[in-house]
Amino acid sequence: MSKATSNGQQLWNKVPKANAELFALTYGALVTEVVRDADENLATVNEKLEKIGYSIGIRCVDEFLAKSNSPYCKTLAETAEVLGKTAFRMFLGIVVDVVQHSPSSFSLNFQDNPLSLFVELPENYKELEYSILYCGVIRGALEMLNYKVDCQFVKSPLKGDDTHEIKVDVKQVMSDGAGEDYQEE
Amino acid sequence: MSGNQVILFLIVGTNEPLYEAEIHKRGGTGNSDAVARQNYFVVHSALDLVEQAAWRTQNMYLKVVDKVNHQHVSTFLTAGNIKFILLHAGKSEDTIRSFFNEVYELYVKLSMNPFYHHDTPITSREFDRRTRALARRYLS
Repeated sequence: MSKATSNGQQLWNKVPKANAELFALTYGALVTEVVRDADENLATVNEKLEKIGYSIGIRCVDEFLAKSNSPYCKTLAETAEVLGKTAFRMFLGIVVDVVQHSPSSFSLNFQDNPLSLFVELPENYKELEYSILYCGVIRGALEMLNYKVDCQFVKSPLKGDDTHEIKVDVKQVMSDGAGEDYQEE
Repeated sequence: MSGNQVILFLIVGTNEPLYEAEIHKRGGTGNSDAVARQNYFVVHSALDLVEQAAWRTQNMYLKVVDKVNHQHVSTFLTAGNIKFILLHAGKSEDTIRSFFNEVYELYVKLSMNPFYHHDTPITSREFDRRTRALARRYLS
């Protein structure tokens, strides 16, 4: 077992838990509410859910770093490993496989999805990315770590695949420190 | 009515039928229009009896509420006042009870789906597939 995996397991044992059904139903209620607000325009719904995830991501990355004592990551591969094995484990209690495609992209594969516990998409909702919240969270969290990423679901059991796959592509690595406008002369 | 080989299962809400499945016995063929109509007539005319039977017991399973020409109508009433109705030609109470209980489990799962609204027609294919599988296992 790698360091990231055992760390994730330990954190999962420590964090307070929520009832899985309550969690799934609350998110379900949120999604249907957003769908109603957007008059069933599913593209808008996806966008809104992603934004909600983004706001969660930029906050919870701090919580994660404060609690996890994760080692400093030098490469994207290490970051991906910590994200999949430790962070997903700590917040959701699920086991995630991390697959590296290239130095600037990786995939997270997992079977169980606590968000979509009871969900079956109706025929006319096939365009809805039900769990796109995750993508927003990842985008938000990695942005706080100076990675600008593109994140999307490529596989989802709600659409007939046998597993979940989230693909993350790094678009830009931002530099540390203050922006040019703010630097001292 | 010895030629009547069909088992009819319906889920009825407060205003309309929500789901229906006809299960043919092994080797049986589809039945004629007239018989199908009669089956629906029997089931729907039993609805009043269901409402009466509901007050006589604390159980959700109301057993056989009506008998017409060797056809029996068994009913199960969920906590949300949704009726499961089964038209059959005399099966043991225990078989039907287990069938209803398993369908109830499926129904509960379905009603936890955020996209399903209470008391609306059931369009889920998964639910249909599983209910039919259960019916084949228990009833034919």
